[in-house]
Amino acid sequence: MMKKLSKKTLVIIVSFLVGISYILHKTIAYHPITIAVMLVSTAIAGGPILRRALAALRYRIVGIDALVSIAVIGALIIGEYWEAAAVTFLFMIGDYLESRTLEKTRSSLKSLMALAPDTARVRIDGVEQTLAPDELEKGMVLVIKPGERIAADGVVLEGTAYVDQASITGEPVPVFKEVGERIFSGTIITSGYLIVEATQVGESTTFAKILHLVEEAQDAKAPTQKFIERFSRYYTPAIIVLSLITYLISRDVHMALTFLVIACPGALVISVPVSIVAAIGASAKNGILVKGGEVLEKLSRIQAAAFDKTGTLTEGRPSVVSVHAYGMSEEDLLRIAVIGEAYSEHPLATAIIKEGANRGIVPNVNPENPEHIQGKGIRFTLEGESYLIGNRALLEENGVDMALALQDVDHEEHERNTAVMIGTSDRVIGLIAIADQLREEAFSVIRELKGLGIKKRVMFTGDSKGTAETVANTLQLDEFRYELLPEHKLEAVKELQKNYGSVAFIGDGINDAPSLATADVGIAIGAAGNDVAMETADVVLLGQKLGALVDAISISRMATRNMKQNIFFAIGVAIILLVGVLLGGVTLSIGMLVHELSVLLVIINATRILRFAKRKKYTIV
Amino acid sequence: MKNIVIQLETLSCPTCAAKIEGALKKTAGVKGPEVLFNSSRVKLAYDEQVIDVEGIKKVISKLGYGSLSVKETS
Repeated sequence: MMKKLSKKTLVIIVSFLVGISYILHKTIAYHPITIAVMLVSTAIAGGPILRRALAALRYRIVGIDALVSIAVIGALIIGEYWEAAAVTFLFMIGDYLESRTLEKTRSSLKSLMALAPDTARVRIDGVEQTLAPDELEKGMVLVIKPGERIAADGVVLEGTAYVDQASITGEPVPVFKEVGERIFSGTIITSGYLIVEATQVGESTTFAKILHLVEEAQDAKAPTQKFIERFSRYYTPAIIVLSLITYLISRDVHMALTFLVIACPGALVISVPVSIVAAIGASAKNGILVKGGEVLEKLSRIQAAAFDKTGTLTEGRPSVVSVHAYGMSEEDLLRIAVIGEAYSEHPLATAIIKEGANRGIVPNVNPENPEHIQGKGIRFTLEGESYLIGNRALLEENGVDMALALQDVDHEEHERNTAVMIGTSDRVIGLIAIADQLREEAFSVIRELKGLGIKKRVMFTGDSKGTAETVANTLQLDEFRYELLPEHKLEAVKELQKNYGSVAFIGDGINDAPSLATADVGIAIGAAGNDVAMETADVVLLGQKLGALVDAISISRMATRNMKQNIFFAIGVAIILLVGVLLGGVTLSIGMLVHELSVLLVIINATRILRFAKRKKYTIV
Repeated sequence: MKNIVIQLETLSCPTCAAKIEGALKKTAGVKGPEVLFNSSRVKLAYDEQVIDVEGIKKVISKLGYGSLSVKETS
C-alpha cells in the first residue's frame, strides 16, 4: 500500500514539475531556473529507470529501460533538457497508467478468487462452531444458512436449499439441492438450509482446482506470444545498433535518440498477453475454463466438432417423457409404479421415482412380496392386487392382455423411447415412456455452430443405428457414427482430423478421456467435480449448459481478433513513427507520447473482451 | 533443492518479466526460473546450499520489483 501510494505521489510531483517546466520553457526559455526544474524532474522520474537499466545490464540484459536511459542521457548531453524531462515523465506516467488498466484485464480472475469462502460453520458433537476453511477436515459436518458461502465440497445430509452455483458453473439460476446431492465449495445458499458432510476440503475442492487451473492457464503462452517474445529478445539490441547506424549516416543525434524511444516494442509484446488474460477471465466468468493462449488460438480455428451423444447432446440420465394410463388416472398409475420401484436402483426406476416426486407422489406403503425378474422387471403385491412392471416381453409371457396399450407401445418405440409396461395379473393398466432426453439447447447449439462456420458437426454414439439416426435427424447433424466403443471414438476423431484439420471433441469426460486428449481441442461438459475431465480437457464447461460451447468459441474468436488488431496496431504505429522520425517532425517527447499511448490503447482494446455479454436464453426453433 | 512460487507486485510489461527471468537464470543456485506475466509470479527451484530466499528476493528487488509473498511447493 505504502509503495503504491508513493508511486502515485511521485507521479503527481513529477507532473507538477513538468507542468512548471513547460510554462518556464514557453516564457523564459532555457533560463538556469528552467534547466534546474527540468533536471530535478528528470532525476525523480528517470532515477528508477536508470537504476533498473543498470541492474539488468549486470545480467547482460538490455531492456526498454536501457533504451530510454540512453535516450535521456543523450538528450541531456546535447542540451535538450525539456526533451529529457518530458520523456522520463511520459515513461513514468505511461507505466503507471498501464499497470492500472492492466489490473482491469485481470479483474475477472481477481473477482473469482474473492469468491473463496472465509469461514465455515461446523457441528462437532452437536455443538456449532466457526472454523477457518483450512481447518476443515473430510467428514466434518457443515451447517450452512441462507446467504452463506459453502466452504467445502460435500454431500447433503439434511435439508433442502436453492444454491447459486454461478461461481463454479457460470449459471445464474440457483439450483435446487436435496438430501444426497453434491454441493460445491464457493457456491452460495440463496434460500433454505443445509447440513452437509464435507467430502473434499481445502486445495482438493473443485473450486480450488478451478482457481489453480485458471491461474496456470493465464500464463500458458500462445504460439503467437512465443514468437513475439523471441522476436523482441533480438529486437531491442538490434535497435541500439540501428540507432548508431542512423547517427553515422545522418550525423543527427536527436534523430538517433528518437529512434531509440519509438522503437521500444512495448505495445507489441503486451498485445497478446493482455488479450489472453482478458479472454480467460471472461470465459471463467461464464463457467468456461480455457487452458491458456494456445487453446484459445486453436479453439478459434476449429473446423469440425464431434459430439459424444450420451451425457453431451443428451442429459445423460433417463427421464419420463410420457405416461399413458388405461382405466385409471396417471397419478394413480404412477403411485403404483413408484411403490413398486421404490427399492430398485435401475436407472429406469430412478426416472419413474423422480417423475412421481415431481408430481408430489411419495411411496407411503411398502410393496408386498417384491420379486425381481432378472433383466425384465419386477412383480409385487399391493393392496391385495398383484402387479407386474417391466418390458413388453415380461407382461406377454405372463399372459397379460396388452390390447389397450398396443398402439401407444408402437408409437413410443417408433420415437425410440423405452416403454415400461405396468399390468395387473390379467390386463395392462399403463405405459410409462422413458428416454434420455436431448439437452434443451442441443438443437440451437448445433445450428449456431454452423453459423460460426464449423464445417462438420458429427455425433458419436455406442447406440444402434436406428436410435442414432433419429437423434442425428432431430438435431440436423451432418454425420453420425454408431455402435462405437470408446477406442472407436478415438479412431473416429483421428479420421476427422485427417479430413478437416482442426477438430474439437465434446464429451462429458466419462469414458471418453482418450478422445478428449487426442482432439485438437478436447471439451468436457458438466465437468465440475470430475477431476479427470478437468485435467484432460483443454476447455472445461463447468456447468450443464451446452450453450457454453458457443460462448467459448465466440470468446476465442473475439480474443484472436483482438490479438490481431493489437499486433497490427502496434506495428502500424511503429512504422508511422519511424517515417515521422525520418521525415522530421517527430521529436523525442512526441515519440514517447505516441509510444505510451499505443501501449495504453492496446490494453484498453483488450478490456473490450471482458464485456462479452452473457448469453440470455437458447430458444428452440 | 526447494521449489517456491514468489508472488510479485503487479508486473506491467512482459519485458519486465523477461528481464527478471533472465537475471534469475544467471543467478547461481537458481534452477529453471519461470516468470508468469499475467499472474505476476515467479516459479523456481533453488539450492539451499548456494542461495536462500532472501538472496533471490534481492535479485528481483534490484531490478525494481517487490516480492509480496513466497510459497513453498512440492
